[in-house]
Amino acid sequence: MNDIAVQVRDLGKKYRIGALEEGRRTLRETLTDALATPFRKAGSLLSGNASGAAGMEEEIWALKDISFDVPRGQVLGIIGKNGAGKSTLLKVLSRITEPTEGFIEIRGRVGSLLEVGTGFHPELTGRENVYLNGAILGMGRTEIDAKFDQIVAFAEVERFLDTPVKYYSSGMYVRLAFAVAAHLEPEILVVDEVLSVGDAAFQQKCLGKMGDVAQSGRTVLFVSHNMGAVTDLCDRAILLEGGQVTMDDGPAEVVSHYLTSGGETSAVWRRPESGEDEPAEAAVRSVRVLSEDGLPEAVIPFDRSFDVEIEYEIREPTRDLVIVAGLWSYRGFLWQSWDTDTTGLRGKVREPGSYVSRCRVPAGLVRPGRYSVTVVAHVPNVEVVESWHHVLTFDVSQVGFRFDQDRAGSITPVLEWEVTRQDRAAPTLEATRS
Amino acid sequence: MSSTPATTRREGPPATAEESRPTEVRIEPTKGWISLNIKELWEYRELLYFLTWRDIKVRYKQTVLGAAWAIIQPFFTMVVFSLFFGKLAKVPSDNVPYPIFSYAALVPWTFFANGLTSSSNSVVGSRSLVTKIYFPRLLVPLGTVTSGAVDFVLAFIVLLAMMAFYGIAPTMNVLWLPLLLVLAFITSLGVGLWFAALNVQFRDVRHVVPFITQFWLFATPVAWASSMLPQPWRTLYAINPMAGVVEGFRWALIGTKTQPGPMIAVSSVVAVVLLVSGAFYFRRMERTFADVV
Repeated sequence: MNDIAVQVRDLGKKYRIGALEEGRRTLRETLTDALATPFRKAGSLLSGNASGAAGMEEEIWALKDISFDVPRGQVLGIIGKNGAGKSTLLKVLSRITEPTEGFIEIRGRVGSLLEVGTGFHPELTGRENVYLNGAILGMGRTEIDAKFDQIVAFAEVERFLDTPVKYYSSGMYVRLAFAVAAHLEPEILVVDEVLSVGDAAFQQKCLGKMGDVAQSGRTVLFVSHNMGAVTDLCDRAILLEGGQVTMDDGPAEVVSHYLTSGGETSAVWRRPESGEDEPAEAAVRSVRVLSEDGLPEAVIPFDRSFDVEIEYEIREPTRDLVIVAGLWSYRGFLWQSWDTDTTGLRGKVREPGSYVSRCRVPAGLVRPGRYSVTVVAHVPNVEVVESWHHVLTFDVSQVGFRFDQDRAGSITPVLEWEVTRQDRAAPTLEATRS
Repeated sequence: MSSTPATTRREGPPATAEESRPTEVRIEPTKGWISLNIKELWEYRELLYFLTWRDIKVRYKQTVLGAAWAIIQPFFTMVVFSLFFGKLAKVPSDNVPYPIFSYAALVPWTFFANGLTSSSNSVVGSRSLVTKIYFPRLLVPLGTVTSGAVDFVLAFIVLLAMMAFYGIAPTMNVLWLPLLLVLAFITSLGVGLWFAALNVQFRDVRHVVPFITQFWLFATPVAWASSMLPQPWRTLYAINPMAGVVEGFRWALIGTKTQPGPMIAVSSVVAVVLLVSGAFYFRRMERTFADVV
């Protein structure tokens, strides 16, 4: 069967998490540890599995028993919550890290796009970075020569080609980085979340480019939280939960399963204390959905407003930090709202401290059904500090929904209507005549 | 592992023979010592070129003195050595003026020491590349050491100028110079590979390297002549590969009558052992780089 491009069998990836920080209890333990550790470390050095803290670690399986095939030319979407193993899977697929068990067979040249701008050097000019980044992504010099003009035109940076990229605006930087990546033409393309960068117009352009790639018959493995893009671009989707494939079907089926029946409703989410690396700038602590009385509530009546409350911590003064609340329905992304929209915080430096951003969703806006909340902390056009997708799921109940159930559309705003009759003269006139 | 479907070797799709990269790759856990995969390194030679080129381009950006730094470092060390070892301590210098005696050694030494320092930090310094993209990791330290060649050439030009100043003409032995430079390169890369791989796990390396380089400088006959040692100790002393390089440089360029042949032979063997062991150790540790760095 020559038409299988990627074959994944019984794949597993185990990580070790050092437990050194919490492990210390007494001074004596600390001292003996300090004395013994260098020797233990030295002993494990040559064994090839030295992780720096032999015998003091916990193991977790980021991926376990993953098996699937991707036929040549298929666009496969990979979805799942944060920490479900999506990024690890892509890292194994693009040979950045080794699996612990199982294997993958890949037939065709692979290009991976795990982050745009990999290898960009701030001191080098735009032109030089195109060549450097192209080479890092696996393009040959002749190949870059041939595509150079296209890349520059796509990025719209012609005038600044010979300027070091450290003087670029962040938008230009990202555009150039994506342009190089987008012109990579491997037989198998592995993509992770590149669409979360740039302004709306550029994002649209990127989506268009992704669509072209998908239609040109190339095999694509696409990890995204953008359910609309997954539904539109992919032929098939798999859902990862806890490092395992729990669903493998058409994209619409998987996306709707993921967003609706995927788990219980809950009104409160707290950041797991996994000891995972937290961003230096800011970290989201908790997200809550609150009813009108200010209490966490996972079922909101249709005719009542509700609040989405995000608790977070800012660690470094950050200019233009935006906290975003987003609402998803099974149809896809419904809306996003930024805390800088109405608070006058836009463009300001946010000082370190502990904060709450709360937004009110008016009554009668979203139709009854199940919704999930996504929270993002980002600096527009610069970086996504953190994103937590579908952390909460709640229901908007039928209670108070006074009208026909099956109307079309994603939202059901209760709008003011005025109805007048026009084929007769005004009723007041009529009245005087009779 | 369960029974895996028999995989027959398949040629790439016939229409797209655009690249020489392997079109079929099997990704699976590796254990123990693995091959160096020289073939793959060769396929990625363009990336090596670009990484080296980047290092060269970037090295003296935003510095006032720019490439002059390549000369300042060995030159002023020579001035200090000449003052203290040459003038004050009157260290014998194989019948050549002490400044050129020490500078001829400092040029390859600086190439070695800078290559060692920068390659030790190279993998940790390329964290963003290593965790985001696949390429043979050996290219990182390899490119770093190679890019030092530019500094070497600059410092070497000064050496030629000094020879002209002292009226020393090179002998026919200069033909050996490229090989001696290769020997310095191999030593630098060999030790650098060990440190680069160790540095990923143990950042202690960052503190160890400056200390080792300093120590190594005095363990190498840069400020003094190995002819002060009696045979057979002198030849045995060349298990420090830089001893062979340094004495070789003096012999080939300024014509010291030291006959360093046996020393260079010993040094070459040690250097090759360092390189091969370093490369294998690096390959062995490389599988955890992306997870640990």
